[in-house]
Amino acid sequence: MKRVYVNEQWCLGCRLCEYYCAFANSNESDIVKALKDKKIHSNIRVETKGNINFAVSCRHCEEPLCVKGCITGALQKKDGLIVVDKDRCIHCYTCIVCCPYGAVSPSADGVIQKCELCAKISGNQPACVKGCINQAIVYEER
Amino acid sequence: MKHVIIGNSAAAIGAVEGIREIEKASEIVLISDEKHFTYSRPLISYYLEGKTDRAHMHYRDYDFYETNKCIPMLGVTATKIDVKKKRVLTVDNSFVAYDKLLVATGSKAFVPRIEGLDSVNEKYTFMNLDDAESLLNALRPTSRVLILGAGLIGMKCAEGLYEHVSSVTIVDLAERILSSILDAESAQIISERITSKLNILLKTSVTRFVGNTAYLTNGASIEFDVLVVAVGVRPNTAIFEDCGGKIAKGIIVNSKQETNIKDIYAAGDVCESYDMTISQNRILALLPNAYMQGHTAGKNMAGCETEMIATLPMNAMGLFGTHIVTAGAYTEQKFIDRKNGYKSLFVDGDKLKGYIIIDGIEKAGIYTALIRESVALSKEDFELIRVSPTLAAFSDAYRKGVLSGSKNK
Ligand SMILES: Cc1cc2nc3c(=O)[nH]c(=O)nc-3n(C[C@H](O)[C@H](O)[C@H](O)COP(=O)(O)OP(=O)(O)OC[C@H]3O[C@@H](n4cnc5c(N)ncnc54)[C@H](O)[C@@H]3O)c2cc1C
Repeated sequence: MKRVYVNEQWCLGCRLCEYYCAFANSNESDIVKALKDKKIHSNIRVETKGNINFAVSCRHCEEPLCVKGCITGALQKKDGLIVVDKDRCIHCYTCIVCCPYGAVSPSADGVIQKCELCAKISGNQPACVKGCINQAIVYEER
Repeated sequence: MKHVIIGNSAAAIGAVEGIREIEKASEIVLISDEKHFTYSRPLISYYLEGKTDRAHMHYRDYDFYETNKCIPMLGVTATKIDVKKKRVLTVDNSFVAYDKLLVATGSKAFVPRIEGLDSVNEKYTFMNLDDAESLLNALRPTSRVLILGAGLIGMKCAEGLYEHVSSVTIVDLAERILSSILDAESAQIISERITSKLNILLKTSVTRFVGNTAYLTNGASIEFDVLVVAVGVRPNTAIFEDCGGKIAKGIIVNSKQETNIKDIYAAGDVCESYDMTISQNRILALLPNAYMQGHTAGKNMAGCETEMIATLPMNAMGLFGTHIVTAGAYTEQKFIDRKNGYKSLFVDGDKLKGYIIIDGIEKAGIYTALIRESVALSKEDFELIRVSPTLAAFSDAYRKGVLSGSKNK
């Protein structure tokens, strides 16, 4: 299955991926409306250490601890993709305790949010990959 | 191959999914005394509260039994395991033959003997959907509710019914609330936040009931309309014990979830787990653990040798708007950070052993992974990790290892 990977040596730490991600998941058609003056809740997050930058998003693990741990069944694995049924999430955050990458997080309304590889959004590439100016973020089979 | 599973909750569903990862066509029969489609047990307090409804409590999609080709026998109690003939007897005197059997019977409420308890008319336990329905039926806006037990179930029950009743009193023998997951300081923080809502009496128990009056060890008495007993849970081991199965506090299993009886496996609240943070077997009545044990059992039942991943207690809960996450064991040496709520990291030598976090819960799973994988803290940037759980604090090797693939250790 294709996944999002980050080539650390190319990542500039510009955080454009976070903006593209938040915009793609905002249900807005205008990027300014979607992001201006709002706290960005992106599913991909850039971390920085000295001069090393890298973005972290859901690994879509083969043995996903978040799905196994989910106490309501809201997190599910569908055709390899780990998705959340927002109507069944009750904000307990057991998934946050389970995920070794810190790749699931609470959204503005408390429901859990995570990268779904833009599967529900049109296009054949996740928004963070499309928007990465340095091609540091790639979408590929490994 | 015919698999029979007693149970239809987290461990049982984990087993079905484990079996189906390996075998597509084998027979699977689920026997459960509850008549409901598999549902999420922890949701019953949210159901009381009105934050969810029956249409959103299903633990798996409604086509789960068809998709996974299982035959659910719901509303059927298994009464006996006939080890010689390899079959399970049911309450209606019929039997179901098995090649491999999983005991996933979970836990039941422990009801202590208290003088006069029989004389209480409106008394409930809070373990399953039927309990929640009965309790809902008994509640009135004028109800004064008394809950025995300030543990996870008692507190979640209190939260669930708080808005619907006139008052909630909780009585517990322990020195603090949520004593299985919180230490003194963290329990104090939570207590202070909820003290205006609930009347909590600690280091106190009920000596006797006379009708709707509870007499307490501190000499006081409480009038109530509805009683909820939530002092603890016990594994449902009886059916396994009766057929010669080996139990201690719960069913004894190995890392493949095999019991001492050939072709019988056990998983979930009913059995013991090896808690790596204290190097001891204990009961860990928690849903993630139940699912993972079930999943491991299922794979082994289908012939794929699989060991249970390193196990530790971990819990996440919301309580009256406060988020609490905890994991592992609470050792002497701790690093406390009170800047953003409360965080205590418990360390033993060079290893992280446990944590308690209130409010700033994001990315806590990075801490969980440090515990589970026994990461040597001296090799990583623990100063940075202590402040916030971030992959940036890890050595290049660790970070690249976890980010380069999709396989967890
Ligand atoms: C109110 C509440 C809140 C909770 N909150 C959390 C939480 O936030 N986080 C967390 O991790 N855990 C929580 N738990 C614990 C969690 O629900 C359990 O750990 C989990 O359900 C265990 O799953 P299981 O499959 O082992 O057993 P169970 O869920 O107990 O299921 C066992 C099933 O087997 C059936 N059964 C038993 N004996 C027989 C028999 N002889 N014949 C037929 N059927 C039988 C039972 O009726 C039951 O349906 C909570 C529990 C409760 C009650």
